Amino acid sequence: MTTNSSSAAGPKHRVVEAGIAVLIALFGVIVIIGSVKAGINWGAEGPRAGFFPFYIGIFIVVSSAINFWHGLRDGDDGLFAEWGQLRQVMSVVIPTAIYVGSMPFTGLYLASLIFIGYFMRWLGKYRWVTVLGVAFGMPIITYFIFERYFMVPLPKGPIEDWLGI
Amino acid sequence: MEEIVNLFHGFAVALQPFNIMVMLLGIVLGVIIGVLPGLGGANGVAILLPLTFSMPPTSAIIMLSCIYWGALFGGAITSILFNIPGEPWSVATTFDGYPMAQQGKAGEALTAAFTSSFVGALFAVIMITLVAPLVASFALQFGPAEKFAVYFLAFCSFVGLSKEPPFKTIAAMMMGFALAAVGLDSITGQLRLTFGFTHLLNGFDFLIAVIGLFGIGEILLTMEEGLAFKGGKAKIDLKVVLQTWKNLPKYWLTMLRSCFIGCWMGITPAGATPASFMSYGIAKRVSKNGNNFGKGEIEGVIAPETAAHAAGTAALLPMLSLGVPGSPTAAVLLGGLLIWGLQPGPMLFVEQKEFVWGLIASMYLGNLFGLIVVLTCVPIFAAILRVPFSIIAPLILVLCAIGAYSVHSSTFDVMMMLVFGVVGYLLKKCNYPLAPLVLAIVLGDKAEEAFRQSLLGSQGSLGIFFSNPLVSTIMVLGLIALFWSAIQEGITRLRGTRTAAA
Repeated sequence: MTTNSSSAAGPKHRVVEAGIAVLIALFGVIVIIGSVKAGINWGAEGPRAGFFPFYIGIFIVVSSAINFWHGLRDGDDGLFAEWGQLRQVMSVVIPTAIYVGSMPFTGLYLASLIFIGYFMRWLGKYRWVTVLGVAFGMPIITYFIFERYFMVPLPKGPIEDWLGI
Repeated sequence: MEEIVNLFHGFAVALQPFNIMVMLLGIVLGVIIGVLPGLGGANGVAILLPLTFSMPPTSAIIMLSCIYWGALFGGAITSILFNIPGEPWSVATTFDGYPMAQQGKAGEALTAAFTSSFVGALFAVIMITLVAPLVASFALQFGPAEKFAVYFLAFCSFVGLSKEPPFKTIAAMMMGFALAAVGLDSITGQLRLTFGFTHLLNGFDFLIAVIGLFGIGEILLTMEEGLAFKGGKAKIDLKVVLQTWKNLPKYWLTMLRSCFIGCWMGITPAGATPASFMSYGIAKRVSKNGNNFGKGEIEGVIAPETAAHAAGTAALLPMLSLGVPGSPTAAVLLGGLLIWGLQPGPMLFVEQKEFVWGLIASMYLGNLFGLIVVLTCVPIFAAILRVPFSIIAPLILVLCAIGAYSVHSSTFDVMMMLVFGVVGYLLKKCNYPLAPLVLAIVLGDKAEEAFRQSLLGSQGSLGIFFSNPLVSTIMVLGLIALFWSAIQEGITRLRGTRTAAA
C-alpha cells in the first residue's frame, strides 16, 4: 500500500482512479463503435457479429461510469504512488519497451544480453564480471533449453546469422 | 467401479518413466516459480506452456499441472521464512507462519504448511476422482442454453464473491469479453473490432494477457515497493518433521473444515486466495487457541494452507468436467488443452479417457512427490530468494518475453505483453480484479457462441434461458451469486432491525 505521509508527493489515488475509469469507458466506446460497424442486428444466420460485443461495450461504459462516480465520491485521499516509486516503475518499463521494440531487428539473444547487462549494471550496480557472466549466461542457457532441447525457435537477428546458428 | 479401473489405468500412464521425469521437473520448476516474486502459478504455466508443444498432451498436462502444485507449495516457503507471500493465496500463511519462524520454529511451520497442503490437495483429488465423472456425464446432456447458463453462473459468482467492488469486477470481466471478441467471428466468419489492423485478425491470445497482466504487472508492483529480502535460514531435519507430524492429527477438525472450504471455493471460480482467508478467519473464530492467532500458532498455518491447496486442486474439477476453469491457472491449463487439440468439457471423459485419468493419477503422485521435494530441498529454494531482485527481475522479464514470443512466434505479441503489463499494474493498483478478465478472454468466444446459438433456437427470445427446470435452476443460482453481497447485506440488516426491535 502507498504511504499516506504528507511529506511525500505524487499523483492522488482518486485522480488516477478516475482517469482509469475514463480510459476503460473509452475502450468500451471503441468496442461499441466497432460492433456497430460489424452489425448489431439480426441477419440471415441469426445475431450478427457485432451483436454480442455491442452489449459488452455498453456494460463496460455503464460500469465505468459507476466506478468513476464511486471513485470521485469515496475514493481514498492517499497517494497513488510517490514520484520516486513511479520513477522506479518507469526505470523498468522504459528499458523493457526498448528491449521489446528492438527484438524484431536484433533478435532475442542480443537484445536480452544488453537488457540484462543494462539492468544489472545500472540498477543493480554489480561488478562487470558478474554482469557479463549473467548477461551472457542467460541467453546461452536459453538457447540450449529452448532451441535444442524443446525445439522452440526464438527470434534471431544478424548476429545469429553471422554465427550460423 | 469403472472409475477405479480407469484410475489404475491412469496410474499406469503417469508412472511411465518419461512422465515421472516430467512430473519432477514440473514440481521443481513450480516451486521456483512459487518462490520468485513476479512469477506466479498462472503466468509461470503460461510461460512454460510453449515448451510442451512438442510433447504428447498427457505428458504436457502432467508437467504443467505439476508446475501448478509446485507453485502452491512454493508460496508457503517465502511466506514463512521471509514474510513475503510468493503467491496471493499464501498471504494468510504469513500471519502465523512468519512469527513462528522468528521464534525459531521455521522447520515446524514449514512442515505443517507442506503437510497440510498435501492433505488439502489429496482431499480435493479424491473428490475430483469421485465427482468429476458424474458431473461430466450429467453435463453431456447440456444444450447451448445450459452451457451458457453454466458460464453465466461462473461469471456471476466472480461478481458476488470477489472482495473487489462489484462494478470493478464487471468492468474487468467485460473488458476480457471485448478482447476475446476481437478478430474473426467464429459463427459468421466476419471480421470485427480489428479497425483494419492485420495484427488483430486472430484476436488477443489470453496467454499473452496472462504473462503481461500477472508477470510484468507483478514485477512493476514489486519494483514500486522496492523489496529487499531479509529472512531467516531454513533447515528441516527429519526429527522436526516427525515431531510435527506427531502433533498434526490433533488438528484434524481444522484440516477437514479447511478442506471443505477449499473445495467449495475452488469449484466456484472464487479461487484459492479467498479460500485461504476464509479458512484462516473461521479457524481463528472457532479454535480454542484463537487468541494466539497472529502470534505464531501452528493452527493458523494449517488452516489457510489446507484450504488454498484444496481450492487450487478443486479448481480443476469444473475445468475438466465442464470446460469452465475455476482459477486463472486452471484457465491457462484449459488454454493448453485447446492448443493440443483437445476439447475441454464433458466429452473429454468419453473420448480422452487416458488423458483425463492420467492427469488425475498424476495429481495424486505429483502432490506426493511435491511434498517430498519441498521437505527435502527447502534450503535450496530459500537460497533462490537471496539472489537480489535486480538480477532476478531482468531474467524474469526475458523469460516472459520468450514465453510471449513462442506462443505464436510473433514479436508483436511481445509488445502486447508489455502493454498488458502496464495495464495490469494500473488495474491492480486501482483494485480491479485480474482473474475475471483473464477468464473472460479464455471463455469469451465459447460463452458468446452458446449465447447466440441459444438465441438462434428461440428466435431471439431470452425466455430460452428459463425454458426448462435445469437451465432455470442454473440461471437462478447465477443470479443469486450475482447479488450475493446485496442479499447478505439484506439478511444482516433484517437481523439487525429484529434485534433492535427486540
